[in-house]
Amino acid sequence: MAEFSVIGERLPRVDAREKVTGKAKYAADYSLPDMLWCKLLRSPYPHARILSIDTSRAASLPGVKAVVTGNDFGGWTWGWMRPTRDEPPLAVDKVRYMAEAVAGVAAIDEDVAEEACELIKVDYEELPGVFDPEEAMKDGAPKVHDYVENNISVEYHWDFGDVDKAFAESYVVREDRFRTSRATHGYLEPPATLAYYDPSGHITVWAAKQSPYFHYRHLAACFKLPLSRVRVVQPFIGGGFGGTKNDSLAGDFCAVLLSKMTERPVKYVESMEEELVTSRRRHSMIVYSRMGVDKEGRFTAIHHRVIADGGGYTAVGPLSMYLAGFMTTLPYNLPNFKYDAYRVFTNNPIGAAMRGHGVIHTRFAAEIQMDMIAEELGMDPVEVRMRNAIENPKPGAPYETINKVALKTCGMKECIEKAAEDPLWRDRAKTHGEAGDISWGVGLSSTSYLGGARQRGHQACAAIVRICEDGTVNLITGATDCGQGSDTVLCMIAAEELGVKLENVDIKRVDTAYTPVDPGSYGSRVTILAGQATQKAARQAKKQLLEAAAKTWQVEPEDVEIRQGKVSVLSDPEKAMPFGRLARIACYSGTGAVILGTGYSSYGVEPLDLDSGIGNGGTSYSFTAQTAKVGVDVETGKITVSDFVIASDCGRLLCPIAAEGQIEGGAIQGMGQTLYEDFIMDRGKTLNPTFLDYRMPVSTDVPSMRLIDVVTDDPDGPFGAKEASEGSIVSTPPAVVSAIHDATGVWFKELPVTPEKVVGALREKKNES
Amino acid sequence: MKQVRLTVNGTLYELGVQPWETLLEVIRDRLGLTGTKEGCGLGECGACTVIMDGETVNSCLVLAVEADGSQITTIEGLADGDRLHPIQEAFIENGGLQCGFCTPGMIMSAKALLDENPNPSEGEIRRGIAGNLCRCTGYTKIIESITSAAKKMGAK
Repeated sequence: MAEFSVIGERLPRVDAREKVTGKAKYAADYSLPDMLWCKLLRSPYPHARILSIDTSRAASLPGVKAVVTGNDFGGWTWGWMRPTRDEPPLAVDKVRYMAEAVAGVAAIDEDVAEEACELIKVDYEELPGVFDPEEAMKDGAPKVHDYVENNISVEYHWDFGDVDKAFAESYVVREDRFRTSRATHGYLEPPATLAYYDPSGHITVWAAKQSPYFHYRHLAACFKLPLSRVRVVQPFIGGGFGGTKNDSLAGDFCAVLLSKMTERPVKYVESMEEELVTSRRRHSMIVYSRMGVDKEGRFTAIHHRVIADGGGYTAVGPLSMYLAGFMTTLPYNLPNFKYDAYRVFTNNPIGAAMRGHGVIHTRFAAEIQMDMIAEELGMDPVEVRMRNAIENPKPGAPYETINKVALKTCGMKECIEKAAEDPLWRDRAKTHGEAGDISWGVGLSSTSYLGGARQRGHQACAAIVRICEDGTVNLITGATDCGQGSDTVLCMIAAEELGVKLENVDIKRVDTAYTPVDPGSYGSRVTILAGQATQKAARQAKKQLLEAAAKTWQVEPEDVEIRQGKVSVLSDPEKAMPFGRLARIACYSGTGAVILGTGYSSYGVEPLDLDSGIGNGGTSYSFTAQTAKVGVDVETGKITVSDFVIASDCGRLLCPIAAEGQIEGGAIQGMGQTLYEDFIMDRGKTLNPTFLDYRMPVSTDVPSMRLIDVVTDDPDGPFGAKEASEGSIVSTPPAVVSAIHDATGVWFKELPVTPEKVVGALREKKNES
Repeated sequence: MKQVRLTVNGTLYELGVQPWETLLEVIRDRLGLTGTKEGCGLGECGACTVIMDGETVNSCLVLAVEADGSQITTIEGLADGDRLHPIQEAFIENGGLQCGFCTPGMIMSAKALLDENPNPSEGEIRRGIAGNLCRCTGYTKIIESITSAAKKMGAK
């Protein structure tokens, strides 16, 4: 008999039918009788003092029911950590980035609300702005927040081992400057909420949030209500990828306040242009990387000095900078490491979290620099990686990095070997070179990513499994599926543990009035943490069922087995019944029993140490090796990606279709940021605020992808699972850039590698030679 | 206000519409068919794709008055009662969706493609959905879904 009945099967998503029929409701699909519409007025300046706001003309426009400005929030500000609560719901005394919201209107329809916004008169005193993080750090630069010197929003200085000594003793030391693009999530569902503050003092919102419990806390704090009176109901979420949908937005706060003022429900749907100019996007980071190796190409030391464009507020920036540092000691042995991180306020939109959070910047720098050094030494890219990669630790003997990140499983070497065995890499000499105007090349990269992210403060993660008397199961968690497939994974875990079919498990989406508190979807935490909670809850419910069966049959509970919806006695196979009957017996025993299992996650509870960078940021770590083949048109600079081979150690794959979808989707999102995606900014203004001009990959851009599974069985994960959704977005940029180098002989150190940059670099190369 | 007659998923609607009202607004707000999604509102993302008189359109770019007299199919009109359309089945089986927000528009583009070309090559499938953005899947499983749907439909 197979080890598992449900886990590892190619089962379809539990929400697929609702989604393919158009029945799945997203935030903007909800409406209530008597509902008003909210629109926001946004700043036309990136940095300006607000001298006065006159809302009288807007307020008297027929159809307008209420108008709010920053002062109506009573000075309340919020942020990711207590010391960084620097952001008001609406700008109060000054605006710090272009299109920051300054006022909100509730009106009978969207058109009237929009018209009213135009009637609000704001007197601004324009202030000198600062748009480049390195300029912003200089003495005398305009201050974004008056109390912050040199615009330093977050600063870390970590020092492990002795980098100076190591560099002095190194055979080769390189220094390079890298820069990552201004990229955004690019989900198709713009942020939206439907809010009702009922006169009895309860808030209910249906909001597009991938972390509904963050929003619940923000609303309770902002409106000074107990948490028990704030209800966030999670609809289907049209993509998240971190950042914007983790947080609360001006429109969220305004919709609630306007509802409180009008005693009517208020709906807010952001336009895609508003989203693209204000999204809490990935930071653009400058990485000064110094890397040393010995004669054999083994790392001696890395020193990273990272400067991130933080935009106007801190948001989740302390975590972004932590993530950009603590994982530099993976996936290779690194004896000495120094990290100086600066997140800098500018008058650009806010830098925050996005898939591959933090790690993507420094991994890109380190992978490319490693290849540059290997080239200098005449070493093969596979060889240099295999010499440095961390071995898979033996069970019970975890590997520990110099900053005390502990690995219990590591499939890095196997991933590199498998990716290198594929014909794409093995036969690259045959496909390399020019064919007409196209020059072909193949590149390789390796990476690690954390799963089951820890965080400071609230880490609670629980699940409830309720057995219904007909044998079906309700699974209640605080986890949010924003598209990645976690609802399906959690149902599969419950079904496997209970011994029932997947179709008999029904997961409830988050409703903060009923579901257990949870940080939501970020840091690849749901499968590992909510998965473990679900596993424990299912085991507890099952124990009660086994006891009921044992009592019925007068046997010991250990003698009863439940598998694929059938209950039987191991020692007496004659004794058997369907799961539904056992559920009925158990639920109707006495005057009616409640068969409820509860469980909570025990992984990842030690708090993050942001200031020292010591310890684990995740529960476990995935490993990815990727090869990419590109064709570069040497005339036009256009780059075509024809193939990706991605070997991933995601632990055990619980739901293969979902895991593959995550790996493929992450790789294509990473490809977009490597080749095209970038906000073009001119003094704080976004010049390409549309999908057409921002340029995400379309169906005709995507390469053929081959995925290879490297299965490790991590002890800290349900059924041995690790993360599967962020490794490939980190491994793609260096794989593609190293392939471009193979095709052109040029190392590109700034993303994205646009045709313009390619043509320029090729011209320069030609002039030099 | 102008009176228009629209046949949506086989039902005839007679409505008074404003000259600036889009077909998307009529479908979502007036008829309550929220399966058709609004992503960008500028005709760039394809989330609002519906089939109008046999051709796909971005319904955010079509004025309701322009659609007067048209036959329109939305995602809600694809299944036959509880029986899903083979394209819908193929998306489910092949994992051709994640967050699901692009899915209705993507499936409508796939339907128009397969109605026109029942046996498309991979390149024709890619071009057939090139106007529909998807940020989750990386398109691979969508292309596989449409390939599989074409086979299924050909076999019937």
